[in-house]
Amino acid sequence: MTLRNPIGRARGLGSAKEGVGHHWGTLVTAIGLIPLSLWLVISLAGLGGADYATFKGWLSGPFNASMFVLTVLMVIYHAQLGVQMVVEDYVHGEGIKFGTLVATKLVAAFLAVFMTVSILKVAVGV
Amino acid sequence: MTTRNRPLSPHLQVYRLPLLALMSITHRITGVGLVVGLLALAAWLGAAASGPAAFAAAQSLFGSFLGKLLLTGWSVALFFHLGHGVRHLLWDSGWGYDLPQAYASARVSLGFTGVLSLVALIAIWF
Repeated sequence: MTLRNPIGRARGLGSAKEGVGHHWGTLVTAIGLIPLSLWLVISLAGLGGADYATFKGWLSGPFNASMFVLTVLMVIYHAQLGVQMVVEDYVHGEGIKFGTLVATKLVAAFLAVFMTVSILKVAVGV
Repeated sequence: MTTRNRPLSPHLQVYRLPLLALMSITHRITGVGLVVGLLALAAWLGAAASGPAAFAAAQSLFGSFLGKLLLTGWSVALFFHLGHGVRHLLWDSGWGYDLPQAYASARVSLGFTGVLSLVALIAIWF
């Protein structure tokens, strides 16, 4: 027996059954970001006032470049899930909500590519 | 009118949020603030990828008074979000729902935020 009325089902209202995946995504990236965010903060603190050559030298090591890319990708994934939650909570118009959510995902995708390319350009570029 | 000593709904303009509620909304606010920080990090990486001159400009921007102020804010926000995020992980594991435990974990995470923020403050300004 279902408590949903037929018109509600026809309109596709109700749970999308994807909340658990969203929560797991947030949770797993959160665990990963405990060491990664601390690594990033310590690294950035050491780069305060550094010139380009110093930054390039630091980023040339495969460990630092890999950690930076990994951190950036995990932060972006975690952040877009969080922004999605905030939008769903506070933006109520269906049109503007849909638009904001799509924009969030696309901006996140752009940032992931842009930041990875930027890191790699400094790390392996001439 | 007789006043009855009964619970009131937490109307935000007249109701002083308890510590645990303040922690919760601060987690969300710091999360949104950190998204802005992520955009700043992207701009910084983009400047580095554009070459030494652009990177030097970005470095002096983040080394300015306003830049340091923003970096301080993002540091505090990150440490709060990290500390409170660990509380969420503990809750997800099933631990810490009793009030004494919830208050204890709140104080520990606030202490964590305070200590690391102090370290960041010294690293950024001195």
